[in-house]
Amino acid sequence: MANSSDGARWRRSFQEMVNLGGAAIAPLRRGLAVSLSALSDHAQAAFTRHFDGGYDPSPLDGPGQRGDGAIAVRNLSVGYGEHLALEGVTGDFAPASMTAVVGPNGAGKSTLLKVLAGIIRPMAGEVTCAALARHRLAYLPQQAELDRGFPITVGELVALGDWRNFGSVREPLPRLATRVHEAVATVGLEAFINRQIAELSDGQFQRALFARLLLQDADVILLDEPFAAVDESTTDELLNLLQRWREKGQTIVAVLHDLDRVRLHFPSTLLLARSLIAWGDTSLSLSADNLARAHVKPGLSHGGRFGRAA
Amino acid sequence: MSGQLLGLLIGPFEAFSFMRIALVASFALALANGPIGTLLLMRRESLSGNVLSHAVMPGAALGFLYAGYSLAALSFGGLLTGLVVAGLAALMARSKSQRQDVSLIAFYLVSLSFGILIVAARGSQADLMHVLFGTVLAVDVNALLLIACITSITLLIIAALYRPLAVESFDPAFLRAAGGGGGLFRAIFITLVVLNLVASFQAFGTLLAIGPMLLPAAAARCWTQKVWPMIALATVIGMAAALAGILISYYANLPSGPAIVMGAGLIYGISLLAAGRTRIKPRGSGEQR
Repeated sequence: MANSSDGARWRRSFQEMVNLGGAAIAPLRRGLAVSLSALSDHAQAAFTRHFDGGYDPSPLDGPGQRGDGAIAVRNLSVGYGEHLALEGVTGDFAPASMTAVVGPNGAGKSTLLKVLAGIIRPMAGEVTCAALARHRLAYLPQQAELDRGFPITVGELVALGDWRNFGSVREPLPRLATRVHEAVATVGLEAFINRQIAELSDGQFQRALFARLLLQDADVILLDEPFAAVDESTTDELLNLLQRWREKGQTIVAVLHDLDRVRLHFPSTLLLARSLIAWGDTSLSLSADNLARAHVKPGLSHGGRFGRAA
Repeated sequence: MSGQLLGLLIGPFEAFSFMRIALVASFALALANGPIGTLLLMRRESLSGNVLSHAVMPGAALGFLYAGYSLAALSFGGLLTGLVVAGLAALMARSKSQRQDVSLIAFYLVSLSFGILIVAARGSQADLMHVLFGTVLAVDVNALLLIACITSITLLIIAALYRPLAVESFDPAFLRAAGGGGGLFRAIFITLVVLNLVASFQAFGTLLAIGPMLLPAAAARCWTQKVWPMIALATVIGMAAALAGILISYYANLPSGPAIVMGAGLIYGISLLAAGRTRIKPRGSGEQR
């Protein structure tokens, strides 16, 4: 049992600790007050202007008059060190077109998408894409490039698609929750909305990413092997989504391996083997002659469904 | 009986002001290290964090050479070389070098050796030990203020920019396409890491500074899958390890820095065993980006 002098001593030393702690966090408290006032509308607007170009809460263009989804590629060459990954590619993605990018492993398919997305700078030539400059372009990398162990729920992941309405520092709009629910329901993941993405199968994860694309509602959508490691029924459902987006006027470019699916769903095809083999109507691009030139076996997905391009 | 125990726990802090300062300093460090360590883990950049902690060394050593054992010179020098190495590492990452881990380790070894040579050339064995392992118990009021300032700045910046920082570590391509500033936030985060390593430098030295940053976060990660609880838990674990470490070093007359890191390591080990929930590792999560 503690006697009273002990108690007084402890109280005293405790008080001293609190005082010292208070002194130590005084700069923190002052800083907090300053920063709270600094985050007033004015400062927030300045921050948005300089660092947060993606924050653009202006209403989306109505149906039939969405932004320009065209991409012009002129004499594009890309190299890693001394190795040329892409050489002299020229052509146009029309607005509201749906193009498959096909070619053997190491043909530069992923590289082309990364250049279109503005991630890799070309060595020569240029890409003109209004959607990229206006942050109205969505890019889905190969699944392996995303960290599936990251602690984020399906709902949070999908909500990111509305970035243009909250940016780096703003409050999300009140109707975001409803929109997230709708998008998640569209891809059939209602039961998983509060699950961590680590708990999803590959197919479910891809569905969640498509729900995010749904919210993003970008003018141009770039997909790198969206159906690798995804089951058949998921692939079919997601392909249907792509069709609907195209009908809404969104431009779609997807790297694919399954030539049967390309012939069935994609009106245009870009056949690539480091340099451009063919670009245009799918039935013409995927002629036996062209496929032989690109070293792709006709009718077969080169490198298997799970093949990875360099 | 319970009074006696309480006396054992509180007595040293009551008796000595350097003990109080040490405790508050390591609590302040734990406050900032919780979120920084958690973000570092989530970005899978523990290795570059480790390298940065050694990159602080040559600058601190040069500061020592120039001004002796002056807090300002040590901190400024350390901050400078830390940021330079962070910049070099970013350039390397951009050049798509395949052997990034090797270059990072080369950075680490060279900065460490360089720093040791400088300190050894001018200082004593004790100086060298001090620079390598630090001493929480030698933190004075000025150093405490520096730590508190850095902690405050860190917490404010993380609170304000948490969203882009987190998204950038999860899906940088998305943030870039959405127009969220991209590389800017990475640079801000790495700067915060270096700042906190400089703050920890006094207390834990260049070899151990990364320990109180990573171990509590790693332990917290065993218990929860949500980020905010992870940060809070990492902070609490960091504080508990600091308290235990300081008391052990007081009673057993052992160096304080290693005692605190051992405490955090012990909690990490227990968490690994008790939670039994090492992270689910799905496809594609095994790669270090």
